[in-house]
Amino acid sequence: MEKKFLQTPSQTVGPYFAYGLTPEQYGYDFKSLVANELISPLHPEAIIVKGRVLDGNGEVIPDAMVELWHKDNEQEGFGRFGTGTLPGNEYLFYALKPQSVDCNAPYFSLIVFMRGQLIHSYTRIYFADEESLNEKDSVLNQIPEDRRNTLIASKTGNVYQFDVHMQGDNETVFFEV
Amino acid sequence: MSTILFSMDESVHPPKLYPDYKSTVLRAPSRPMIVLPQGLSEMSGPVFGDYQLGEFDHDLTKNSIVNGNPLGERIVVHGKVLNELGQPIPNTLVEIWQANAAGRYVHKVDKHEAPLDPNFLGTGRTRTDKDGYYCFYTIKPGAYPWGNHFNAWRPNHIHFSLFGPNITTRLVTQMYFPGDPLLQYDPIFQGVPEKGRPLVIASFDLDRTEPDFALAYRFDIILRGDKTTPFEKL
Ligand SMILES: [Fe+2]
Repeated sequence: MEKKFLQTPSQTVGPYFAYGLTPEQYGYDFKSLVANELISPLHPEAIIVKGRVLDGNGEVIPDAMVELWHKDNEQEGFGRFGTGTLPGNEYLFYALKPQSVDCNAPYFSLIVFMRGQLIHSYTRIYFADEESLNEKDSVLNQIPEDRRNTLIASKTGNVYQFDVHMQGDNETVFFEV
Repeated sequence: MSTILFSMDESVHPPKLYPDYKSTVLRAPSRPMIVLPQGLSEMSGPVFGDYQLGEFDHDLTKNSIVNGNPLGERIVVHGKVLNELGQPIPNTLVEIWQANAAGRYVHKVDKHEAPLDPNFLGTGRTRTDKDGYYCFYTIKPGAYPWGNHFNAWRPNHIHFSLFGPNITTRLVTQMYFPGDPLLQYDPIFQGVPEKGRPLVIASFDLDRTEPDFALAYRFDIILRGDKTTPFEKL
């Protein structure tokens, strides 16, 4: 079959997405279709995934929206959160930790949208406590060694911290999917 | 083969860094992207069919009425969501948000000195039907100033968010109106390569215009990819 149509071009999400895409989080009177609880925070195996989004000057970005996508053989989930409401302008999700699929390291997909991005950015969150799977993972091994650690969330208890650096020495690895 | 045919088309999408749009300078990734193999888990996405939509979610002229009708020019915005082969994408979520007729967003950060409309929130959503068709009723958004450069004004536009079948088809875009004189000065619109620009401008639609009620604009949206499921790909 032949391509018939051109893709509709991407445009920035802009600074004013909150009352449409994450209304309840920001206190608007409109029902959110989706929020940051991929699983109940009370679930005994719930983990927290959180972090900041930083610009090329290392400043924390207070008007980004991030989406967490999770899919493995047993679970799938989707969450959305803006960086404009929590202290320190962090994003935060409650989720179950993804499982390994086909012996690859488990991961979340993360999409970052913001004013100043004409097109969104895809990255992945891998886990610091999956060292042996991370070492053998085909995607991680495709990445220059000195940048691999930008994709690995650090762990404290049941909290995984994953900061997204748009630019700079620690620029997060972004993917073309 | 599919992955090459249906990769992101750089000839229509804006670049990550577009210095005329100043905030890209510190926010656009600067290093080369790592190309992901499109495996099963990457290609799959969550199912959005389960979300419960409200009765007036698709009608922005009704979904936040307090004491009357919102002010401004009532319009119909409708079209189809298709893939690159022209096949409809059914049952996919379409979310929109926009300024009111005066060019003011409800968002608390918007400090533009134009009036808020107590009867207009400016956001809505719907799902495409089996033919990929969607339809919103809303108010034509006004232009608004922004701080990118001296005397910078955004053309009238409606923000759109779409999903399609999986994570690779995710799209956030803006719909513009035909003949808007501000388009030529807007670095967000101008960031789109010339070939792609007509695709983000709606067309006036007299056939769908409702007599004595509302002008109509047609905006078809083409998401990346074909119908192939991840299982067929493997
Ligand atoms: Fe806007």
